[in-house]
Amino acid sequence: MNAPFETSKLHDCRDAFVATLERLGTANEDIVAVCNDSVGSSKLAGFRDKFPERLINVGIAEQNMVGVGAGLANGGKIPFVCAASPFLTGRALEQIKADVAYSETNVKLVGISSGLAYGELGATHHSIEDFAWIRALPNVPVIAPADRVETAAVIEWAANFEGGCFLRLSRVGVPDLFLEDHNFDLGRANVLRQGSDLTLIANGTLTHRAMSAAEILDAKGVSARVLNMATVRPIDTTAITTAAKETGAILTCEEHTLFGGLGSAVAEVVVDACPVPMKRLGVPGVFAPTGSANFLLDEFGMSPDAIADSATALLKRKG
Amino acid sequence: MDSRDLRIIANRVRQRDLQAVFEAGAGHIGGELSVTDLLTALYFKIMSVDPAAPLDPDRDRLVLSKGHTALALYVVLAERGFIPKDEISTFLKPHSRLNGHPNRTKVPGVETNTGPLGHGLPIGVGMAKAAKLNNASWRTFVITGDGEMQEGSNWEAIMSAAQFKLDNLTLIIDHNRLQQGARLADTNDIAPLRPKLEAFGWDVEEIDGHDMDEICSALADDRVGLGKPKCIVAHTNKGHGVSFMSDNVAWHHKVPNEEQYKQAMIELEEAAL
Ligand SMILES: Cc1ncc(C[n+]2csc(CCOP(=O)(O)OP(=O)(O)O)c2C)c(N)n1
Ligand SMILES: [Mg+2]
Repeated sequence: MNAPFETSKLHDCRDAFVATLERLGTANEDIVAVCNDSVGSSKLAGFRDKFPERLINVGIAEQNMVGVGAGLANGGKIPFVCAASPFLTGRALEQIKADVAYSETNVKLVGISSGLAYGELGATHHSIEDFAWIRALPNVPVIAPADRVETAAVIEWAANFEGGCFLRLSRVGVPDLFLEDHNFDLGRANVLRQGSDLTLIANGTLTHRAMSAAEILDAKGVSARVLNMATVRPIDTTAITTAAKETGAILTCEEHTLFGGLGSAVAEVVVDACPVPMKRLGVPGVFAPTGSANFLLDEFGMSPDAIADSATALLKRKG
Repeated sequence: MDSRDLRIIANRVRQRDLQAVFEAGAGHIGGELSVTDLLTALYFKIMSVDPAAPLDPDRDRLVLSKGHTALALYVVLAERGFIPKDEISTFLKPHSRLNGHPNRTKVPGVETNTGPLGHGLPIGVGMAKAAKLNNASWRTFVITGDGEMQEGSNWEAIMSAAQFKLDNLTLIIDHNRLQQGARLADTNDIAPLRPKLEAFGWDVEEIDGHDMDEICSALADDRVGLGKPKCIVAHTNKGHGVSFMSDNVAWHHKVPNEEQYKQAMIELEEAAL
């Protein structure tokens, strides 16, 4: 337990996504991919070459794309609707609400290059509102895997899950965190590191940063628990209340605006069930300036060192 | 300014654009090279704009709806004096106001923040309608990509523009036949564009989008009073001006390596008049 993890090798989780989709697609011909001129950015060329008739590219037309996905689901298909997350969630939000969530259709929404992944392209291309938007809807689990192993596990889970879901992927390289045999459990957080002084909760590209922060804290004699909370809805109430009771303070980190994302979801549980000092790290309600994703995360106080500093400050508020 | 002068400027814009893409290691070179002649003609010949008063209420408006080619707009705005020319070297750098898509709150001369495709034309309809309500004579120009015309929002705006008789609105479609990942013909083939726009009540003119004389004459055509919006289908080449980029979908957002960069620069320098 709490062995240092290897941070030198970084992986683009889109590769795990498409490798899994291609494997599942071989076994189940109902699996189809739907996209919006995003074969390249969604890395779907391999799927297209294997199953040309099952790659449905509607062109640059996201509302149509999600509607088509709902229709395919109605016809017994298992559509993975893949697009850059800002356009999938922002542009087609009403289709997601009415055609997927409300109609309870079996549509797998795959938001590619979410969060700040498109860094320099600017705020139109940042998807730092998608947790909040989709989390507000019933019936659509919201999931942000943290590494390639968890990504593969989530895709496998989604293909077998009866119902719509939103899978939030990145293109920014992340180190391995999970062992190969990891299984994804909807709504269950994973303790990646044991600790007793406070709990760091993160998902997606922030989990490995939280893990590094925990190592920095450890060197200073602070024992930080790290919870990987891939599922933002339904949120793991048990893990959060246990963490609050056992460690007495919670720090959340997310590649998302502080308005309505992971930190908000955790805080909702904390205030209701077990109020303890909390600090939320994320994008502080602004449109981000120009810069790469990793630059912006550092800029917004989410470098491992800055996370550790926020944790230290939070500990001072513990009774 | 005559067509020869405009061609000289457009060539300079292409060179500066290419250099910035090479140095930043990112950009959308294909669509930038295809839209450069149109932007040059608009800013140096057609539009009434004043870099000293970028928010003059009577200015002509341009919306670059294909916002991914912001760099071409930045370079043209710099050439025209809206922003310092040496600022182009900050493109995509941390905290630069020149990010990958244009931002009106930061860059003078930019009318609206584009980037998600299919936003510019509805905004252009609103601008043109405002001019009508104000009895103002300024004109509104919107440039879209041809792939971008697959967005349904454009067709909603096309209907509004005809219904509102917006003869002060000009839509220019940069018809380079390529989108991000493939040819339009292999994705969602909306060509031919002319009959579709005509069916919706627009006047349509087709031009060679790299011929300055044709561009200027199509854009100069002030049609106020005729009661119909106008669409210019500009037949262009993605990557125009660089042989190995031209009409090649790989160059949607590829970045040239050192050798390709030199080769491309040589071609552009040779084409300079
Ligand atoms: C709503 C939306 N969907 C997808 C994209 C991603 N995207 C950026 S450029 C592009 C292709 C645009 O093709 P086209 O309009 O033909 O432009 P051009 O050929 O002039 O570059 C795509 C799909 C986007 N920017 N906005
Ligand atoms: Mg095009």
